[in-house]
Amino acid sequence: MSTQTPTQTEESSETDAEADVPSKGDERRDEKRRRAAEERARRQAEEAEKAAADEETIELKVFRYDPEIEGKQEPRFDTFHVPFTKGMTVLDALMYSRDTYDSSLTFRHSCRQAVCGSDAMFVNGGQKLACKTQISDLEEPIRVEPLPHADVRKDLVVDLEHFYDQMEAVEPYFQTNEYPDGELEEQRQTRENREKIKMSTRCIWCSACMSSCNIAAGDNEYLGPAAINKAYRFAMDEREGEDIKQQRLEIIEQEHGVWRCQTQFSCTEVCPKDIPLTEHIQELKREAVKNNLKFW
Amino acid sequence: MHEHDVIVVGAGGAGLRAAIAAQEAGADVAIVSKLHPVRSHTGAAEGGINAALRDADSWEDHAYDTMKGSDYLGDAPAVEALCQESPEEVIQLEHWGMPFSREEDGRVSQRPFGGLSFPRTTYAGAETGHQMLHTMYEQVVKRGITVYDEWHVMDLAVTDEEDPAERTCHGVVAYDIQSGEISGFRAENGVILATGGMGQVFDHTTNAVANTGDGVAMAYRAGVPMEDMEFIQFHPTTLPSTGVLISEGVRGEGGILYNEDGERFMFEHGYANNDGELASRDVVSRAELTEVNEGRGIEDEYVHLDMRHLGEERILDRLENILHLAEDFEGADGLTEPMPVKPGQHYAMGGIETNEFGETVIGGLYAAGECACASVHGANRLGGNALPELIVFGKRAGRHAAGEEMGEAEVTTGKQGDWEPADYEFEIEVGEVGGQGPAAADGGAVATDPDGVLEAEVERAKSRVEELLSRKGRNHAEIRSKVQETMTANVNVFREEGRLAETLGDLREAREAYKDVAVSDPSRTFNTDLIHTMETRNILDIAEALTMGALAREEFRGAHWRKEHQERKDENWLKHTLISWNDGEPELWYKPTILEGENKTYEPKNRSY
Repeated sequence: MSTQTPTQTEESSETDAEADVPSKGDERRDEKRRRAAEERARRQAEEAEKAAADEETIELKVFRYDPEIEGKQEPRFDTFHVPFTKGMTVLDALMYSRDTYDSSLTFRHSCRQAVCGSDAMFVNGGQKLACKTQISDLEEPIRVEPLPHADVRKDLVVDLEHFYDQMEAVEPYFQTNEYPDGELEEQRQTRENREKIKMSTRCIWCSACMSSCNIAAGDNEYLGPAAINKAYRFAMDEREGEDIKQQRLEIIEQEHGVWRCQTQFSCTEVCPKDIPLTEHIQELKREAVKNNLKFW
Repeated sequence: MHEHDVIVVGAGGAGLRAAIAAQEAGADVAIVSKLHPVRSHTGAAEGGINAALRDADSWEDHAYDTMKGSDYLGDAPAVEALCQESPEEVIQLEHWGMPFSREEDGRVSQRPFGGLSFPRTTYAGAETGHQMLHTMYEQVVKRGITVYDEWHVMDLAVTDEEDPAERTCHGVVAYDIQSGEISGFRAENGVILATGGMGQVFDHTTNAVANTGDGVAMAYRAGVPMEDMEFIQFHPTTLPSTGVLISEGVRGEGGILYNEDGERFMFEHGYANNDGELASRDVVSRAELTEVNEGRGIEDEYVHLDMRHLGEERILDRLENILHLAEDFEGADGLTEPMPVKPGQHYAMGGIETNEFGETVIGGLYAAGECACASVHGANRLGGNALPELIVFGKRAGRHAAGEEMGEAEVTTGKQGDWEPADYEFEIEVGEVGGQGPAAADGGAVATDPDGVLEAEVERAKSRVEELLSRKGRNHAEIRSKVQETMTANVNVFREEGRLAETLGDLREAREAYKDVAVSDPSRTFNTDLIHTMETRNILDIAEALTMGALAREEFRGAHWRKEHQERKDENWLKHTLISWNDGEPELWYKPTILEGENKTYEPKNRSY
């Protein structure tokens, strides 16, 4: 393979020229987009041919949108044909499509093992983590869309700012007034209490629950299942003490808090970490009632 | 331009701990990270945090185990700092509410781990990293620390004096992934790199897709040497099809390794007659691959890890996460069948050369966590020693950068004292393709006032992005996967001279191919094609340095096994490998290991388990 140095030089001088005359750059970008579109069409035709020849490919229909790219401003679905391998996940198929056919295909992903919470998507009509969803469990063609009830930034990437705001609205950090005396002494916690909060601490902030929740869809201020679960994690932690618990119950009892939940269980059904979200919300409702009776 | 006293790059365990410490010391601190903090790969750590918390244990024992585990390539002052401060840091996490597993009396649980003389691995099920990451992010939220998330740091803004030791870092340049904006981040006091691992240099790794060694590569190009890069940990128990980690906790709780013939090979084939499955990770990984190479592997690829005899109750209590991982990513039910496992790239012992306060040779530039090399792990890291490194050295770097007085460092940085040049001749050309560029092209800028240095760096970053977006060329993905393939094939657990040299040739080709790289997605919105293309440059720089170090180190120490050199050679090799970029012409040199601790000298002994 040659280093192609001459081409290299030519290109850098083009870049310099472009800096002086911006309109040329725009022209070139338009040209580039046209070329990219042609290339895409050619590849898709090739893919279709390949798919016909080989039964072991799967068909993926992926939502595409980019607010600033002509041809992608109107949302559309692109079809990708991916050779199937045993154990392949939706994330594997997306990565293959991106690296083989279209490098502009955009989605968040990082750990590939269901702990970073980056790749929650809407797969065949349900909120799933792409990395732990096996292709073999899905009906074809597989439809991959961004999470519903969130603004789409590009392709499968949604805006999570609102989700993060809700998570941070419940004082999501440990608080107590009762630290032990000794310098290197831990707070004691019973095994039972640790067990009680265990499931709630497994949340990976993927926002699948928020996306699935009809109430959150209709009431933008509703804290949502993940944030309420975060509040539960602390409210039920015996190390925090009673006075802090009072404070926490006030937060979750607000107008857009636990009482909005209509126990439809959609959050619980989609949670990739099997957190019993609806139960946690119900338990907080009971705690709030008990608490109110106490002061009545 | 954004301005803060301290800029932390990366938001995993080390970055978050550094930010909290800097803020507590009175600094205005901001975190810049290409991922939202809770997405960081610290969250994937499973097994636990080593800390000498109990009366029957001591930091001295922990230090002894760590020095032995390091195969005497750890630096005693750094190792002792780790072991002395880990207990208070673990208790600090507990006081921040971290949900550790508990004993009957309500105290935090500890379990045995490989290479440890006392069960001192503190844990939260098999999801210790997840709990630690979230606990620290909670503290960042509580303190209102500024986080610029989904900002990819492209390079450092460093002055361009001839000698790296005279250079100063004034900030970083970052690209906003959401909008495409490029901005300077001025750091009045210091920049702390906490960018984590570099597992994407290999293709079978427990590391995340985001672990591309960005901090190591940018510090390298700015003039900080990479240290001990040839020492890569291959974890003995990863799932064969994906590289997903199965915690050492499984063996710590009593899990057993079997070969195809059902033999408990760690004992029956004499790899570790005392500790068996709980020998150090390098020992177990070599044993597994030897079994496979000698025809006793299952499907000629892997071995079995069996935990069924532990019983459902204990497994659910302490290792539940392992059941989910084995089921979801390998289709194996750990309660009713053994789990298939094989070695996979897991951790980089080497990294950015620092002293025990996280300072690099460049003024105002720090590093902490996996991207740094102080060195606490030497030639092999013990299981359970990575998480304490994040919090102990994250905190130290944060305090120091915020201006706290912390005394004289014992570990040196740069060419001080007894450093020596290498006399190894590489047959393949290394470094920047086309030779040395202008001094300003690799992290230094011509201006000398801080704002000028940063502005020049911003302009350079802008033209680089503009060029990548507008020119025609090849996609980076193919180059990246070729690097990963050759590294996994040739710079793995077992290393041979010929194949290492070949790899250097493959990497040269990849560097040449990268000269023609371009980004075909023209969008400024969430352009992951662009981000991955820039990361691939970092992968190239790291892969090359790693392979150079591996070729030149003609001995067998810790995780670095050489076919032609089957012995640890203390008379020549009790020294750290350093590689300096020198504006595009890599230079290999060495500095001695520090074996003198606070009260004792760690005499190198025969390392058996």
